[in-house]
Amino acid sequence: MTLVLFSYFAAVIVLAAIGVIASRKPVNSALALLVMFFHVAGLFVLLDAEFIAAVQIIVYAGAILVLYLFVVMLLNVRAEEGYHTQGVIGLAVGFGILGEAVMILGRSGFADRFPPSSAPSAVSAVGNTEGLGRVLYTTYLFPFEVASLILLVAMIGAIVLAKKGIFGKEGKRS
Amino acid sequence: MIQTVLNLVVVLVTIGIVMVTVLLHVAYLTYFERKILGWMQDRMGPMEVGYHGLLQPIADGLKLFFKEDIIPAQANKIIFTLAPILVLIPALVGFAVVPFGRDSIHVFGLTFRPYVTDINIGILYILAFASIGAYGVLLGGWASNNKYSLLGGLRSAAQVISYELSLGLAIVGVLLMAGSLSLVKITEAQGGGVFHWFIIPQFAAFVVYLISAIAETNRLPFDLPEAESELVAGFFTEYSGMRFAFFFLAEYANMILVSCIATILFLGGWHAPFEALSFIPPIIWFVGKVYVFLFFYIWIRGTLPRLRYDQLMMFGWKIMIPLALANIVVTSAVLYFIRG
Repeated sequence: MTLVLFSYFAAVIVLAAIGVIASRKPVNSALALLVMFFHVAGLFVLLDAEFIAAVQIIVYAGAILVLYLFVVMLLNVRAEEGYHTQGVIGLAVGFGILGEAVMILGRSGFADRFPPSSAPSAVSAVGNTEGLGRVLYTTYLFPFEVASLILLVAMIGAIVLAKKGIFGKEGKRS
Repeated sequence: MIQTVLNLVVVLVTIGIVMVTVLLHVAYLTYFERKILGWMQDRMGPMEVGYHGLLQPIADGLKLFFKEDIIPAQANKIIFTLAPILVLIPALVGFAVVPFGRDSIHVFGLTFRPYVTDINIGILYILAFASIGAYGVLLGGWASNNKYSLLGGLRSAAQVISYELSLGLAIVGVLLMAGSLSLVKITEAQGGGVFHWFIIPQFAAFVVYLISAIAETNRLPFDLPEAESELVAGFFTEYSGMRFAFFFLAEYANMILVSCIATILFLGGWHAPFEALSFIPPIIWFVGKVYVFLFFYIWIRGTLPRLRYDQLMMFGWKIMIPLALANIVVTSAVLYFIRG
């Protein structure tokens, strides 16, 4: 059962991801991306990581992609005339990344653990929301705080860019 | 094998009962709204169909069902068709985790629980699907290829994103106190009378939630996406027949859903306010509390004028979000010192 569901999610993710880059209408690309986010969330549910699945949908589908769509509609972006001209470079980079992925997968021995099984018992004992919280505030406290600092910097940057003149004389204060 | 089939039957029957009940309440909510608004404006409201217009929702439903379905020639047909469905499904799916009562019902050795499922991320599940609802509105407005629709859709997206933040932040205080994301556990944490309800320690969060919920459901005074005096009907200007009905149903289903969540998070769900009153079945308490919120919605609609767009954004970002954030800081500090 897990294998069937995994194959379904994986297949749809790959197809939708191709749809995102192959579609010539920006809105269709965004919709394909939405389908992909949903199926990635499905994969997380299969792994007993419901919290991450919900966050995946809330953050990516609910906030980020809506903003993309917003911009696409506001600017009324027309259908792309053709593919961009970096075809050769794109192919080279693509093959490079494919090679690396194959190399890593070859060494990881993932085939023994296929299909993906449920969460380790230590996590399922406390529930994955609590487990995640504990790990974030103990083992990974430093990276967690660094990430929040980066987000703070991004926030301040957005405010400074949007409100030019808030710190200087040029422009008028509202 | 037989056990699996029986479990499946139980789940499907529960889903069926919940859906039929919700849709019936949705239909009659339109009736209550028209009646209450009528009385507030010194009118009678619907009176013609049935006794005091009681069959009006059914007549309206039949009318919408048989109306001609028009798709504008310049519209993007696939997305135009998809949008109403994308709005309605998230609104209905959210009811899967709402605990309507306390007691399971036993029939023929089968146990029917008062909720479809109790997942450990209940409230996040509802928030996730609520955020999907914005797509239907945005895409519907865009696919209609009409400037009023597009403006309505864009306004709705901006509004929903802004108020989703304060809605989610308002809930955090309750989650800190209950220590769980499951709606069943949050309800159980508020047992023992009205003084254990989270509305008392979390009153600020309650106010923020209530206002954000009105904005999330695009109701007056936050109905800028469909402001009829400036945008005709906003994002569903071009919709007719059943597709229009889908948008309509979704709006009322969302109203009921946010009222259910408010009841569970702040008013103790199915708990009776006093021990002496607990002879009344829990489900009656639940429905009663939900209808208090629904009446409040309609009352607000009959009272307040619509906000201007910049007022709406300013209010959301400069008042609601700081208030919700302050509530989280205070709540977590107090809880830390109480629990040690």
